[in-house]
Amino acid sequence: MISFEPDDEQKMLKDTLENFSTNVVRKAAHDCEEKGEVPADLVKKGWELGLIMSNIPETCGGAGMKRSAVTGAIAVEALTWGDLSIAMNILSPSLVAYPILESGTEEQKQKYLPQFCSENFKPATVALVEPRMFFDASQLSTKALREGDEYILNGDKCLVPLAEKAELFLVFAATTPGIGLAGVDGFIIAKDDVYGLEIKEKEKNMGLKALETFEVSFSDCHIPIASKLGGDEKGGTFTRFLNRSRVALAAAATGMGRAALEYSLNYAKERVAFGEPIASRQAIAFMLAEMAIEVDAMRLLAWEAAWKIDRGEDCGKEAYLAKKYAQDMVLMIADRSVQILGGHGYIREHPVEMYLRNARGFTTFEGLLMV
Amino acid sequence: MIDFELSAGTKMTKKLIHSFVESSFRPLSREFDEEEHKDPADLIHSIHELMKGGGMTGMGSMAGGGDEKEGKKENKPKKPKEQNLMGVILAEELFWGDAGLALAMPGPGLGGAAVQATGTPEQKERIMKRFSGDVPAYGAMAITEPGCGSDTSAVSTTAALDKKTNEWILNGEKIFVSMGKRATVIYDGFVVVWATVDRKAGRAGIKPFIVEKGTPGMKVTKLEHKMGIRASDTAAMVFEDCRIPYNNILGSVEVASDKEKTEGFKGVMKTFDATRPFVAAMAIGVARAAYDMVREILDKEGVRIRYGAPIDQLTVLERDVLDMEASLKAARLLLWRAAGMLDKGERNNLEASMAKAKAGMVGTKVTQKAVEILGPLGYSRKILVEKFMRDAKINDIFEGTGQIQLLVIARNILGYTRKELK
Repeated sequence: MISFEPDDEQKMLKDTLENFSTNVVRKAAHDCEEKGEVPADLVKKGWELGLIMSNIPETCGGAGMKRSAVTGAIAVEALTWGDLSIAMNILSPSLVAYPILESGTEEQKQKYLPQFCSENFKPATVALVEPRMFFDASQLSTKALREGDEYILNGDKCLVPLAEKAELFLVFAATTPGIGLAGVDGFIIAKDDVYGLEIKEKEKNMGLKALETFEVSFSDCHIPIASKLGGDEKGGTFTRFLNRSRVALAAAATGMGRAALEYSLNYAKERVAFGEPIASRQAIAFMLAEMAIEVDAMRLLAWEAAWKIDRGEDCGKEAYLAKKYAQDMVLMIADRSVQILGGHGYIREHPVEMYLRNARGFTTFEGLLMV
Repeated sequence: MIDFELSAGTKMTKKLIHSFVESSFRPLSREFDEEEHKDPADLIHSIHELMKGGGMTGMGSMAGGGDEKEGKKENKPKKPKEQNLMGVILAEELFWGDAGLALAMPGPGLGGAAVQATGTPEQKERIMKRFSGDVPAYGAMAITEPGCGSDTSAVSTTAALDKKTNEWILNGEKIFVSMGKRATVIYDGFVVVWATVDRKAGRAGIKPFIVEKGTPGMKVTKLEHKMGIRASDTAAMVFEDCRIPYNNILGSVEVASDKEKTEGFKGVMKTFDATRPFVAAMAIGVARAAYDMVREILDKEGVRIRYGAPIDQLTVLERDVLDMEASLKAARLLLWRAAGMLDKGERNNLEASMAKAKAGMVGTKVTQKAVEILGPLGYSRKILVEKFMRDAKINDIFEGTGQIQLLVIARNILGYTRKELK
């Protein structure tokens, strides 16, 4: 039966994470953005929330809680409401842990998942996006071709979060080029075990400044077949990854959009012009009203796609549309939040200009968050 | 718990209504669009029979929208209530079929919604039983006047109490009374007329009155010629020394002395809170009709819409169609949320306005886009897409324009009064 009311556990999780966002993340956000990194102790505090570990089965050292994409979307929104870059940093291990949890072979689960259950942050990352203009997830240039008991991996990636620190990589490459998503596979790579993986210099992007991202290249990397995510499974693993990441990004756009709405709303109530708060003018108030509608609409679309994931149904269309809708709307919302603050919105002391720079990235972001 | 699954009952009824309107509305759509003010009498009678026999569960509640707490509790205490949710889902199907014909269907309508929202149990009982009579009945609502639209507090129609006969005497002119003629001339029914009992009291003095069919002094003076929803009659009415019984005033007779406490006016707003989701459902239904038709034609032409084409290959057409689909879904989910809250007895003023504002906008844009995509075919009256566009526009206007909704939303999220945000 239709209901859009989170259950008690989800509400508790939301409260906990929003408190964390308010008391820890937001206080650090401006500094992180200016310095271009998230300090290790903040990442550790985020790790201590136990979000990833709680989803890992007890047999692999985790808490064995039932994993839910809807709950994941709620968590992502609550953290990105704090700060998008910091949330992506804190959650980056899930980019490897969750796909293994969902699609990995038993052997892969036993081998890797316990690594995400220790007290210390496990730096792990995903390499999916490629540095070219018309990047398309279904037509990857990076290729992994089978030779005997190995795959030979070649290609360039960009927007790889935390590549320098990461110990584990999940790299997506075309194993059967030309057949689209079904011909793409993921490979779990421990950085120290492979030759030919080169971390290039730290990227300088328009937004996501606090998140360290890198270009990474693979040249003739020999990967054992046991490292292929999901073993013999043909197709499917990548589609599931993409769907989950699209839902997560839609939830992230919701979180950041809500932050932008709230910030500009509060500003508009305080800023006085011509003798009254600017919020009491329809030109401003109507912008806020439309922003509020879209924040809620984005969330509901993300939840619907997540709900389909939880039911094990095909959600390709829903996840794609949820992300597409969210990336359009978050840009509109962030732009208006800058507009409402006027000149002040353009100044880096207020977070709204950062929201706008971050918002523009959602069309490019793919695979940077997971539910 | 977050759940997007329709209950089995709703799903089944939705399917039923869908095939019903597909076979009984759609073949008549063009005829009753071209011949404005022609009455689809056969359809109206057959629907009335169906509703009387309970053959279309939910249809009656569709237009009513109010809560129905009394009398039903003992029978099925544990069954989850989703009357409003079901109502909006069915309304979407009906309006997918044909907006004009759907509006022309008998039932409590807006007037019924006002009775449900503001009437006493006795009034509800007395008035609502009309709808199970032998003649199809309508509940119309008269608020708008030549001099006032969205600003319903400027109502100038007067209601004066004749203490000798204990009757109210109504005088004034109303326009845009949907179903005014069907309720008072062609079939059976009543009009809920909003009139002021004390002009000095402003909004506080505005009260709803039930004027039943056959009341002397009530007259339909004209039917409007409209851009769309042409099967629905939109009447201009005058009330000249129109006498109605004392207990036909809905709700309290008291005029609150404090002007901020506007009980009577709250009734208008309460009515709109309940009906707003239904207008959103209408908008979505019409928009989906246009969207479905576009997809069907594109399919026939062999045009495929890809979900996830890379930007250098994505066509403008694909982008438009995907936008249409996503915004329709967004509007529908906002609507389901608002209706679900009403079912739970939660205040949904903000959410109902969000749903209405969004759906009105989406309905307008999606149908306009549909005409554009289909080019000369879309513009031609050979197919219904152009009619859908004309029908859709009203949903962004009646029951509170999109701008009024934004005003309600903005006041709500800002915590502003009407004085603080005009």
